[in-house]
Parts: sequence; C-alpha cells; structure tokens
Amino acid sequence: MAFSGLFLILFLTQHMTINLLSVVDSLRLNIFGAEESNLFNQAAYFMGNNPVVQFALQPVLIAGFMLHMLMAFVLQAKNAAARPDGYQYGNKARAYNWASMNMLITGGVVIGFLGLHFYDFWIPEITAKYVTGKAHIGDSPATEAILADVNRFYPELVHRMKYPWRVAIYCVSFVLLGLHLNHGFQSSFQTTGVSQGKYVAGIKKASIAFAVIVPLMFIVVALVHFFIS
Amino acid sequence: MKLTLHVWRQKDAQTQGEMVDYTLDSVSEDMSFLEMMDVLNQQIIEAGDEPIAFDHDCREGICGMCSMVINGQPHGPQQGTTTCQLHMRSFKDGDSIYIEPFRAKGFPVVRDLMVDRSAFDRIIQSGGFVSVGTGAAPDGNAIPIRKEEADEAFNAATCIGCGACVASCKNASAMLFVSAKIAQLDRLPQGKVESKERVRSMVVQMDEEGFGNCTNTGACSAECPKGISLENIARMNRLYLQSSVSPT
Repeated sequence: MAFSGLFLILFLTQHMTINLLSVVDSLRLNIFGAEESNLFNQAAYFMGNNPVVQFALQPVLIAGFMLHMLMAFVLQAKNAAARPDGYQYGNKARAYNWASMNMLITGGVVIGFLGLHFYDFWIPEITAKYVTGKAHIGDSPATEAILADVNRFYPELVHRMKYPWRVAIYCVSFVLLGLHLNHGFQSSFQTTGVSQGKYVAGIKKASIAFAVIVPLMFIVVALVHFFIS
Repeated sequence: MKLTLHVWRQKDAQTQGEMVDYTLDSVSEDMSFLEMMDVLNQQIIEAGDEPIAFDHDCREGICGMCSMVINGQPHGPQQGTTTCQLHMRSFKDGDSIYIEPFRAKGFPVVRDLMVDRSAFDRIIQSGGFVSVGTGAAPDGNAIPIRKEEADEAFNAATCIGCGACVASCKNASAMLFVSAKIAQLDRLPQGKVESKERVRSMVVQMDEEGFGNCTNTGACSAECPKGISLENIARMNRLYLQSSVSPT
C-alpha cells in the first residue's frame, strides 16, 4: 500500500503540474490579452504521443493504481476478519482523525471520481487513438487531422469544465482526495519505517501541506476554466 | 452515586454471550473501577447468581492483567491509566456504563470479561528474548549506551502487554505491542545481535495469531495506558523491510 501510494503521489504531482499549465494559458489568453498560449497543449500532446509515456509509464501507472486498490480491499477483508464480533457500545477509541478511520470511503469516492474523469478524457482519447482511430485513420483524413492537432487539448478541457455539475463533482472529490492524501502521505512513511525521531514532525507538516495544496490546485484548475476561460 | 451497568455475560467460549443490565445504588466516587466490580459481584452472589469473571492482579497498573472495554474504550475514559487505576470519580451519578471484554480474533473470550491473551505469550516465545549467552550480571557501565537510546529502550519496555492496543485498533492489530518488544531489544547492544531474525519470527507469529494489520490510525498509542509511541511501529517496519532485503 505504502509504495504504490507513494508512486501515485508522484503521479498526482506530475498531473497537477501539467494541469496548472492550462491555468497559465487561460490567464494569458483571457486576462493578459495574449493572442496565443499553448503550454498545456504542448505538454498534453507530449504525454499523449510520447511512446515511453504511452507504452511504458502508462501501463505501470495503471498497474500501480490497480495494485493499490486491490491491496486496500485485501487489507480491509483481513482486518475485518481480525475482529469477528464488534463492540456493543461501538469502538470509541481515540484516533488521529476521521480520514485515518475512513480511508476506504475517501478512496471509494476517488475511484468514483476517476470513473467520471476517465469517461471525460481518458476513454475517448484511448478509443480514438488505439481502437476506432486505428481503423479509420487510413480512410478518414478528418479523424487523422483531429488526432494530429497539437492544439486540441486546451479547448477540450475548457469545454468539459463549462458544466456546473461536473465542476461541483470535481471540487467535492478533490476535498475527499485531500483527506485521503493527508492520512496516506504520512502513513506511507510510517509503513516504510522512515517516520522516526526528528523526521516525524516534518513528515506530518509535509503531509498536511501536500494534502491541501495538491487538491486545491486541481480545484483551482476546474474553477478557472469554469469562470474565466 | 447510582449507576446502571450493562455488562457482557458469556458462560464460556462456545456459548453466545449477551449484555445483562445491573443497577448499583451506593457507589462511592473514591472506589476504583475494579472495587465497584467487586461490589457488583457481591450483590450478584447475594442474589444467588454467578459472579462476573474479570481479569485483575496487582491493581496498581503494572501487571497488565486487567482489561475491559468501558463505554467503547479499553481501560475506560481516562487516558494513560489501566482499568484498576480508573476511579469512579470519572463517572457521574445516574450514568449508564457499558462493560465489554477486549474483542479480537486473537483474544477469544474465556468467560464474561476474561479473554485469552496467550497469543501475546506465543509471540514473545517466537523471538522476544535475547538468546546469546549473557553470563553473569555485568557492571552497569561495561557496555556504553547513549542516554537517548537507553531512554527509548526503557520507554518501549514499559509496555505491560495488556492488549489495549489490540482492543482499541479498528483492525484488532497487535503491532504496537510487538513493535514495543522488538524496539526495546533492538535499541540495546545485547538485543541488536538477533534483531533481523527476531522481527521476522515475531511478525510471522503475530500474523498466525489472527491479528489485523496496522493502518496507522494511532488509536493503539492513544489508548495505551503506558503511552507506547507509534515510532516503535515505524522502527519495526523498517527492521522488517531490512530483514526481507538482507536476511542475515
């Protein structure tokens, strides 16, 4: 759990960085009057077409995510079996926080959100590129041209973020992702044995900072495109 | 003070238990919780019923025998104390108190509030000792040990093995207990020699006993009557990883 979680934290940081480029683009185009700004398009095109990213890193990412999810359910099943009879009064033990006791709930919301996110972006992209696209690229210049268009990513993103219900789901999901990260980040250092002595306080502070900043930046991306782009 | 007590009664490990209600009319706030249980048992015996079985021994917070989950908390509401050190002044007149045994697959109920904690003994037997020849008692300063290490070893050694960590953990994990015993020995030169073998065998035994896995909620440390630190678990995890990569 800890190693796959740390791997997913790295991926999340990289995803956030690229998404923030779309905010820079939006501000340059809509606030500062730039005629053209393609930072997000260039980054997204690179990620979507680089063979190392597509055929090496992407499968590793999917495997890492599946492993993290699978291990969460295995762990939950084993832990439930360790206390077959619960307390009549309920377990009122003092615990660190709500998130640490409910990782399966916050993780479940993130999985649900990923379903929407994949429906919005990943599935259409993969279908066009590797499923239907392959069959039609040869005899459909239009599809080929659309796929080859370096500047299609930013308009697609802005279009998706124009629906209030979608922006609301994104914002709520990222708040719960923040709770998941707050426990998961520091917990991974505890599980790997790094959390020791002088490092404990720093790891806790870094965990809170990461859990606030990263989801907040994703929320900023959604709100900027909803209100400004 | 007058109290309503809801106590778990279970004839033996094979019989299904249930909560039974009792009323006590004259409880002094100066009584310890176990003295209150003694008074309740006297009342039950005088009524011709079987008294409530519960574990206790030293009644001064050092033997680790007393257990009980009181209103959902192992050893009751007062932090850093065992059940025997808990006094009735922690409750109010008219309170309802729920008293249950520690609940975990690794701690099967023997009778009423008594649970079998011999799983902890088997974990200790699997590696919680120093097997190198230590000879006669050496001079106290024969092996120099840093003050900080000695203090931390001593802090880990204050674990009385009561099992409150298991009872409080939502996963019924025994990792705080096991890690305290491992850290106590690993921090000292005499115990360090066998650290890798020890951590492997104790973790294997812990899993075999049916305890759950740690998800780092911190409930174990918060409810521990001796305040054993979560850092011991991190230390055990690190030792376990090291021993997995390099077994010798």
